[in-house]
Amino acid sequence: MPLATPGLGHDAKAGLCKGLDEKGLPRGMSTFQPKLNRSFHVSPGCHSWQALCALFIAALALLAAVVQPADADPLAVKVGVIHLAHSRETISILDIPPADGFIAGARMAMDDNNTTGRFLDQSFSIVDAKLAPGEDPIAPLKEMLADGVRFFIVDLAPAEVLAVADAARPSGALVFNAGAPDDRLREEDCRANVIHVGPSRSMLADGLAEYLIWKQWRRWFLVVGSHPEDQLLAEAYRRSAKKFGAKIVEERVYQDTGGGRRSDSGSVQVQRQMPVFTQNAPNYDVLLAADENEVFAGYLPYRTWDPRPVVGSAGLRPVSWDPSHEFWGAVQLQSRFQRLFKRGMNARDNQAWVAMRLIGDAAAHTKSADPKAIHDDLLSPGFALGAFKGQGLTVRDWNQQLRQPILLTDGRGTVSVSPQEGFLHQTSTLDTLGFDRPETKCKLQ
Amino acid sequence: MQTSMKRVAHCTGALAIMASLGALSDPVHAATAYITNEKGNSISVIDLDKLEVTHTVKTGQRPRGISLSKDDALMFVALGDDDTIAVIDTKTLKEVGELPSGPDPEQLRVSRDGKYVFVANENDALLTAIDIATRKVVSEFPVGVEPEGVAVSPDDSIVVNTSETTSMAHLIDWRNKKIVANILVDPRPRYAEYNKDGSELWVTSEVGGTVSVIDPIGHVVKQKIAFEVPGLAKEQIQPVGIRFSADGKLAFVATGPANRVAVIDAATKQVLKYLLVGQRVWQLELTPDGKYLLSTNGVSNDVSVIDVPALKVIKSIPVGSFPWGVAISKQ
Repeated sequence: MPLATPGLGHDAKAGLCKGLDEKGLPRGMSTFQPKLNRSFHVSPGCHSWQALCALFIAALALLAAVVQPADADPLAVKVGVIHLAHSRETISILDIPPADGFIAGARMAMDDNNTTGRFLDQSFSIVDAKLAPGEDPIAPLKEMLADGVRFFIVDLAPAEVLAVADAARPSGALVFNAGAPDDRLREEDCRANVIHVGPSRSMLADGLAEYLIWKQWRRWFLVVGSHPEDQLLAEAYRRSAKKFGAKIVEERVYQDTGGGRRSDSGSVQVQRQMPVFTQNAPNYDVLLAADENEVFAGYLPYRTWDPRPVVGSAGLRPVSWDPSHEFWGAVQLQSRFQRLFKRGMNARDNQAWVAMRLIGDAAAHTKSADPKAIHDDLLSPGFALGAFKGQGLTVRDWNQQLRQPILLTDGRGTVSVSPQEGFLHQTSTLDTLGFDRPETKCKLQ
Repeated sequence: MQTSMKRVAHCTGALAIMASLGALSDPVHAATAYITNEKGNSISVIDLDKLEVTHTVKTGQRPRGISLSKDDALMFVALGDDDTIAVIDTKTLKEVGELPSGPDPEQLRVSRDGKYVFVANENDALLTAIDIATRKVVSEFPVGVEPEGVAVSPDDSIVVNTSETTSMAHLIDWRNKKIVANILVDPRPRYAEYNKDGSELWVTSEVGGTVSVIDPIGHVVKQKIAFEVPGLAKEQIQPVGIRFSADGKLAFVATGPANRVAVIDAATKQVLKYLLVGQRVWQLELTPDGKYLLSTNGVSNDVSVIDVPALKVIKSIPVGSFPWGVAISKQ
């Protein structure tokens, strides 16, 4: 993948003779040289200067080489992105994962990091490994490790996250889990070399629960899918209900009996199935769906037997990001993403973006590409990442989970953002979401 | 007879026009504040003698940054969703033109000599200088990701731009048209302001929750000012707009969702006081006599008036929807 050098276009446009802006940037000669050369070619007024300029630059380069050899090479940070191709079986065609899902977010953050890097003599690049279902992540990991890559952003199944973390450990590499929401990765199976970028299931569940409590919608009808992930999500909701004083008035399991999602036969079957499935429930305020595999939740809104809102995996959803989110300057991020990739930024893209930005900001602070220095900086008290969620994101030192607000979206806009008003905490209200320090089962090692 | 009737009619018409003009450009002493209402797509005009809104002017989409020309005759209003800067006559309150800002302009500043407008282009990571007389872009400087705050040194020699995602203050030598320093500050730097004598450059970091005090000659952060309000989480204190008192002894910092304006001793950098204003306080501006400080309060749809000598909030003035920017003219 080519190393992005944003700003090249602007420099070419401004032209060397006109601006000489570049000289103001504290940047290594080796990186600036191509820009300068390029300016010569596009700027006709420069011709008379060319020989003189070339001489001058040659002299400068020589000088730089002699006086400051360290400045000759920018600090290069290589990041491996290892990610799964996600299933295209989604209830809504709007949710079919795009071909460049996840990696697009990392790429945009790489561009952002490189723009900052221009001023700090740092450059960021990505090695991309997209895995087919069932493909082993360790082979590309080993190749990248051998190639000197020491940062990995992964979107993998939980067992594979652990395998990658353990295989990367002897090299001192740092792994950013920007996919798997499994609490066990943050708790009993936590690893000292893994930073968890996306929210855990318990954080997502608590984020939704706080809002339901604030709305006084305390009676939940929980419908759970038949996949193991759905069971884990249901467990997170049961925990939230207990934590915040909601009542699960009934639980039902929706069996995945297989089959595709697309049909030419219209809506008749679904329209008949969903009311029947949700019939005869005790009195409830919201139907809470736990369906991570796109089996049924998307069919529930407007089709329940009782006229009740649907929340969870459909209707009002707790997420890390949504293409419709626009608060706190997020519209800037969305429009940059739209411009680059011709589509909206989804939660997976955003988590990859955040991971890459964490690396970029820590490298800017430490002027280092050493994974230990980056790791220490991320955990230092002064660290906070601006990520368009109304407050800075910081890392929980007890399990290395990124603290973050949870967006509640209906897919058209951000309905609310948790933590909700009135949910208090002695250190950070963000720690009302998910497992808190006293509850953690994580022993980092 | 007919002619005289006509004359009378003309005369009354003229009088009516004069009267309405009189209402707009009031007597000598009354300073006027112009408040941009981000969601209201309007400007609230406040008579600072009466401390009340006298006019509401419709604008384009999403007005935020606002600056006045040196002679106060024109206001420049960044219209984020119209991708332009509206030029509005402060006497007639009519739009008289546009400046080519590029996409999504937010903050802007007029050079002290009154000749240029500096504006940040968030989408292109550029700081753009526009010649006001010709209404043309004269310089562009590539800066960090999401450029935002713009400041100009008292002698016009340095233009400062902060970039939110890059978290830097970029110092541009305006005479030689080149960037001379890129200084890392805390996350999401939102606003920059020189102190009165230009010896310090203050930059607020919205996510970092701090003010970086920069030595603009040595290009280093000399000191960071942090805030603490009992009962408020650290994350709720998100500094944005800055103003120095007329005598330069006090600095005022708007703290966003902390709903307060921090009063800081400019010499010792100690926070002396927090003044409770409206909700989600964005920007600040002093009246020409230095007596009042106005704050725009985005969520409570009002402007707080602070009596500067007394350091007390004396009034809140309801304005349009989501007030954001403020500029004050001498008349």
